[in-house]
Amino acid sequence: MAGAEPLPIVRLKHWGRWVSAVVIIVVLALLGFGLAQAQIEWGSVPDFVFYRVMAVGLLNTVVLAVVSQAVAIVLGVLIALLRRSANPVAKWFAAGYIWLFRGLPVLLQILIWYNLALIFPTISIPLPFGGYLVHEQTNVLISAFTAALLGLALNESAYMAEIVRAGLTSVDTGQTEAAKSIGMTPGATLRRVVLPQAMRVIIPPTGNDFINMLKGTSMASVIGVTELIHAANNISSNNLLVMETLIAAAIWYMVVVTVAGIGQHYLERAFGAADRGPVARAGRALRGMPLVRSARV
Amino acid sequence: MSEPLLRAVEVRKSYGHTEVLKGIDLEVHRGQVVCLLGPSGAGKSTFLRCLNHLETIDSGQVWVDGEPIGFRLRGGKLYELREKDVARQRRDIGMVFQRFNLFGHRTALENVVEGPVRVLGTDPDRARSEALELLDRVGLAHRADAYPAQLSGGQQQRVAIARSLAMKPKLMLFDEPTSALDPELVGEVLAVMGTLAREGMTMVVVTHEMAFAAEAADEVVFLADGAVVETGPPERVLKAPEHERTRQFLARVLS
Repeated sequence: MAGAEPLPIVRLKHWGRWVSAVVIIVVLALLGFGLAQAQIEWGSVPDFVFYRVMAVGLLNTVVLAVVSQAVAIVLGVLIALLRRSANPVAKWFAAGYIWLFRGLPVLLQILIWYNLALIFPTISIPLPFGGYLVHEQTNVLISAFTAALLGLALNESAYMAEIVRAGLTSVDTGQTEAAKSIGMTPGATLRRVVLPQAMRVIIPPTGNDFINMLKGTSMASVIGVTELIHAANNISSNNLLVMETLIAAAIWYMVVVTVAGIGQHYLERAFGAADRGPVARAGRALRGMPLVRSARV
Repeated sequence: MSEPLLRAVEVRKSYGHTEVLKGIDLEVHRGQVVCLLGPSGAGKSTFLRCLNHLETIDSGQVWVDGEPIGFRLRGGKLYELREKDVARQRRDIGMVFQRFNLFGHRTALENVVEGPVRVLGTDPDRARSEALELLDRVGLAHRADAYPAQLSGGQQQRVAIARSLAMKPKLMLFDEPTSALDPELVGEVLAVMGTLAREGMTMVVVTHEMAFAAEAADEVVFLADGAVVETGPPERVLKAPEHERTRQFLARVLS
């Protein structure tokens, strides 16, 4: 056996890492070289990025995505609550709603709303003693933008319902019981205790969905809403620089998606406190870890 | 003796075809501490949860301070209350849970303040100073800004007791308050409960802590298989039980 003298240690050489790193870099370099051969007028891309019609497209994309997502969140919470209700009819209704709006392709839903005038030329909501609350031509009531919004929002609301339901289910029933035991009403329990802690589970997939929503607005181009893709097509139909305008649109998508990603990060951090819920329940294992909070916030 | 604060009459409860409570009677007078003992599965916790209507009972009645819990008495009939009205009744009945159930997204102080401010409509500043006093009483004033995850189990349970006390309840229910704790943390929670008992709080405690029952209880109730086997002062039931079932149970837990 060795004496007091410590024996030198020879670290494992990770040859495989070196080899794979070199392979990746070479492949990327070859790809870059290949792409450099492309016949693209790079000089025109920055112009297209800041074209006026691109700005309109960007605005419509963002507004359509934000409003659709907002409507979807509100509807999603309602449907999730119906799904969890003790009323079998409400439960059944919520399940059917999710089944229908999640099952149909978004594009198909957008087209149905857009073409609603074909089967319902006018939309009327009569008042009980004569007259109408709403009485209008469907084409006037449902513009292309509204049709896109309805299609996107209703489809997304079905997904949101499932996300919210998963979030509500993730909160320990003990939290509800504790709230009840201090005399909180069911509504207050939901608002003050359950939902804030469910946010921890709800926010990440909602952020993902919102990013999907931003890109999903491109489907509105099919019915002539001037969002980014439609704006790009507008430009290229004049100058035939299809790829350059698409690249300009792609740049805006990446910008918007990146901003949304950053927003999601901060939102998750803001609701980090809710993260302490389940941690608290595992409190025994975390005893003596006073840094849990600072590590998370 | 005066009218009991809590009176449970023939409380029955079934899950499916299994009857877990087979007609339980209990009377607790103001300032009394009653411990419910018995083997697991005896229905102790279920019975306790019936007392504040966390579980609905199939038949029988629970009266707290002359009010039927979960019901309204009118014209000789008991009308089932809506959840909102049950919530009003629960203000007067504190409950401490085995798993603490502190609100994980709120600090210790916020946990204690929540009820008075949101339920009773107490002025936030006043609720805050009262909450700090309560936290001081359970020895946790210095941890007021800690989140539950940063507290030990014993500390969490003491905050949970403070949260219940903040509602100024007439009656406190304890559902195995020390069963989820490491052995070395049991003492601090029992100490708080002991103080509360001496100060005259009316308490119903489901527990496996025989020493606590012997010391703090005015009466112990031994339950088995959903029925009361034996009731009496702790010195008699724990030292000289009359029933074989009680003897067997005590022999097992005290050995």
